Amino acid sequence: MISMEALMALGLGVVTATGVYLLLRGRTFPVVLGLTLIGYAVNVFIFLMGRLWSNANAILIDDGVVADPLPQALVLTAIVIGFATTGFVIELALRSRHENGSDHVDGHLTDNSKADV
Amino acid sequence: MNSLFDFWWQHAPVLSVLLPFFTAVLLLAVGDAGGMAAQGGAHDVGRLRWSRRLAMASVVLGLIMAGAMVWKASLGELMVYRLGDWPAPFGIVLVIDRLSGLMVLLTYLVAVPVAWYATGGWDARGRYFHALFQFQLMGLCGAFLTGDMFNLFVFFEILLIASYVLLLHGQGKERFRMGVHYVVLNLSASALFLIGLAMLYSVTGTLNMTDMAVRVAQLSGDSALLAKAAALVLLVVFGLKAALVPLYFWLPGTYAAASAPVAALFAIMTKVGVYSIIRTHWVIFGADAGEASLAAADWLLPLALTTSVLGVLGALAARSMNRMVAYLTVSSVGTIMAGVGMFTPDTLSAALYYALHSTIVVAGLFLLIELLAAQRGDAGDALKPAQAVREPILLGLMMLFGAASAAGLPPLPGFIGKLMILQSSHGLVAQPWVWAVVLLVGFLSMVGLARAGAILFWHVQPAPSSYDASGGSSLKLMSATWACMAMTLALAVVASPVKQYTDDAAAQLTDRAAYQRAVLGDLGNSTRPYTGER
Repeated sequence: MISMEALMALGLGVVTATGVYLLLRGRTFPVVLGLTLIGYAVNVFIFLMGRLWSNANAILIDDGVVADPLPQALVLTAIVIGFATTGFVIELALRSRHENGSDHVDGHLTDNSKADV
Repeated sequence: MNSLFDFWWQHAPVLSVLLPFFTAVLLLAVGDAGGMAAQGGAHDVGRLRWSRRLAMASVVLGLIMAGAMVWKASLGELMVYRLGDWPAPFGIVLVIDRLSGLMVLLTYLVAVPVAWYATGGWDARGRYFHALFQFQLMGLCGAFLTGDMFNLFVFFEILLIASYVLLLHGQGKERFRMGVHYVVLNLSASALFLIGLAMLYSVTGTLNMTDMAVRVAQLSGDSALLAKAAALVLLVVFGLKAALVPLYFWLPGTYAAASAPVAALFAIMTKVGVYSIIRTHWVIFGADAGEASLAAADWLLPLALTTSVLGVLGALAARSMNRMVAYLTVSSVGTIMAGVGMFTPDTLSAALYYALHSTIVVAGLFLLIELLAAQRGDAGDALKPAQAVREPILLGLMMLFGAASAAGLPPLPGFIGKLMILQSSHGLVAQPWVWAVVLLVGFLSMVGLARAGAILFWHVQPAPSSYDASGGSSLKLMSATWACMAMTLALAVVASPVKQYTDDAAAQLTDRAAYQRAVLGDLGNSTRPYTGER
């Protein structure tokens, strides 16, 4: 039986690797997608750092087992900030595309990146 | 009056964050004065005038508050502000110690002349300049004052989001191109910040910096290794903000693309990275942090010295003044980090003094370059012969002060700061390296700046016949730039009390027991060590 921890770690690894791959692309759209994926992975990572609990209360009730509530609060903050910054970076990418006439992150196509279209 | 002061001091940390916040909100309510005023509507000119008054009043008030804060902090008291009166380590605390007070004061020392400079016209060339400026100040003050790691992340985001938009101020191709790089890099760094933070939380179970320092010292075995890994992840994040090798490549292009007042304000941004490295690697992972102590010591000094050398080489190779000063920023960060990276109170104190000087001088140089570029016709800030500037004496003197101080010539504070760093490294293993690099970098900066000065002021070509030689810089722009240079000179005059203060600040940071008493109080030992077990 594979443990829940190993499963989560594996999933996080795949998402992060995908995110890093997309982040290294030449066009702004995959870069934004990459940032978003990395953001998701980080949010789940914070959540896991409070340890995985099964069958535990989310809030303090009597004297039962309670899951660590702090990472949940942190994730909430991180999601809000990530959402705002993603919105901003999309708008910025659109403006940059408009100003530079290309959605390449360097503002123009280089010889190396033409094949990358 | 006295009771007013008492009330202020009681709430000083939070007021320093709230002042720029409320000013920014008010400025938003006043409305977008910038973009419209250029088109000349009387209504919009009124708005612009009011937003300038509001912004200036706010930064001056902030400067007074920061000055009073430093004065109170210099007495040695640790001021702890518990938000919502939640006991630490459960709630968020703001802490004024000597270091954070000094950094807030430095922020405002830069912010006042820069805001004044911006009212000379830059704020009308885009939208909401002053509101964003205030949000940036809020993020900076918050980052310097907070005593909570996650709160540090939040304030980082606030100052970054404001800086993203400020960087684009004035727009144009190059700014958008560099803007995309800057934003994507910083978003990736924020993701890493969260990863490092989450790892630290998983082994210590706390986010309060003081509590974290206590817990890290108690770690052993695998947990200590995890904490060390987290410390190095955070070093990458803060190293990117501070522009350490190999993470400085974003800085020259970005700073050179930004408008003059924004670039000058950004001079303080690298110091946020330096400050965070001091807080994390100097205090939390300091010398007495048990198995995880000095996690970054092997890395910090070599990286710092390399940064210093590569920065100055970049400055020598630069083909425009903006890039040159941007590279000098990188180089000066390297010198500061060398002082931090030697991990003794003496070297830290010297580094703090040098940080004060280099921030102000770099800000002044960025402002000066724009004044110069405006008078050189089409050549702008490019380092090539062009027509003579109209005010060679006023601008040339500033260039002389700024360059001599940046290069480290006596009797300017750049010299005093470097001397302090050299002196404090006496007897350490790294001494030969530090001496060699600091002196070499000083020499090379001097060569580069002398070359730039010679091209700008002596290597002149006759102006085209259509050129109007009358008129100089406006008084406002000139006075703002002179204010920066005057502060540099003043820093040399008051070097002794300032050094005393930074000495005390460094000594205070090593006194962990005092922080525990002040921040955690009696609760200090009542929570059980966090193991993640039920």
